Amino acid sequence: MFPSRQIERGRNGGVRLSFDEHELLLLRDLLDELEVLLAEPDDPALRRLFPPAYKDPESDEQYRSLVRDQLVSGRSKSLAVVRDTLGRETLDPDEAEQWLRALNDLRLVLGTRLDVSEQIDYERLNLNEPRGRELAVYGYLSWLQEQLVDALQPASGR
Amino acid sequence: MSTIVAPAEVDLQEPVSGDSIEYERPWVVIVWNDPINLMSYVTLVFQKLFGFSLQKATKLMLQVHNEGKAVVSSGNREKSELDVARLHAHGLWATMQQD
Repeated sequence: MFPSRQIERGRNGGVRLSFDEHELLLLRDLLDELEVLLAEPDDPALRRLFPPAYKDPESDEQYRSLVRDQLVSGRSKSLAVVRDTLGRETLDPDEAEQWLRALNDLRLVLGTRLDVSEQIDYERLNLNEPRGRELAVYGYLSWLQEQLVDALQPASGR
Repeated sequence: MSTIVAPAEVDLQEPVSGDSIEYERPWVVIVWNDPINLMSYVTLVFQKLFGFSLQKATKLMLQVHNEGKAVVSSGNREKSELDVARLHAHGLWATMQQD
């Protein structure tokens, strides 16, 4: 379904990118959508980005008050780094790390909205179905994420 | 004649009882299975955050995947909260509880 690789292992722990302009437009739209969502932290699609740490509601409330702002600002930073580096041909390791997080956040939000289960049969995907396009985007992001993880695999672990 | 000398006053203090020293049972950080995070991504995050080898990270990831959860770290409350927050920053579904 996605024959060519967009993300490959680069030099010095970085990665090489090659996206066409349609992909860049799609990614930019997705980043913008998530940025807007982050400003409304009560949106149910965000629940997977901010899961509870404790079963006990009181402890969890304390945890949230401590880390919530940091988690939000960390996510905004990742989105900003990806937006700023869209269209580049290489990323350094720090930028690649932000891409890794941002791609995963996009997948978490989209996957939560779509209520995805373990396996999606992309071969049978019908783009004309109501959720068809979103499922295709989700699959595309998953494919990018797989490539990025592969490109960032520590050398000793390969 | 000897006078009776009052015994030197001995300072008798209550012994420090064992339970006045707060003994904190260790906390464990648990990562739960979820249908969205990719197996390869979870493995990479374990390697990055905890310095695990690929082998150990893969084993833990498979435990999460097959058994629904795995303990990935343990320690005092502060350390565990930090670990949970780092896992949350990477989008993993992590909780903590006392062992």
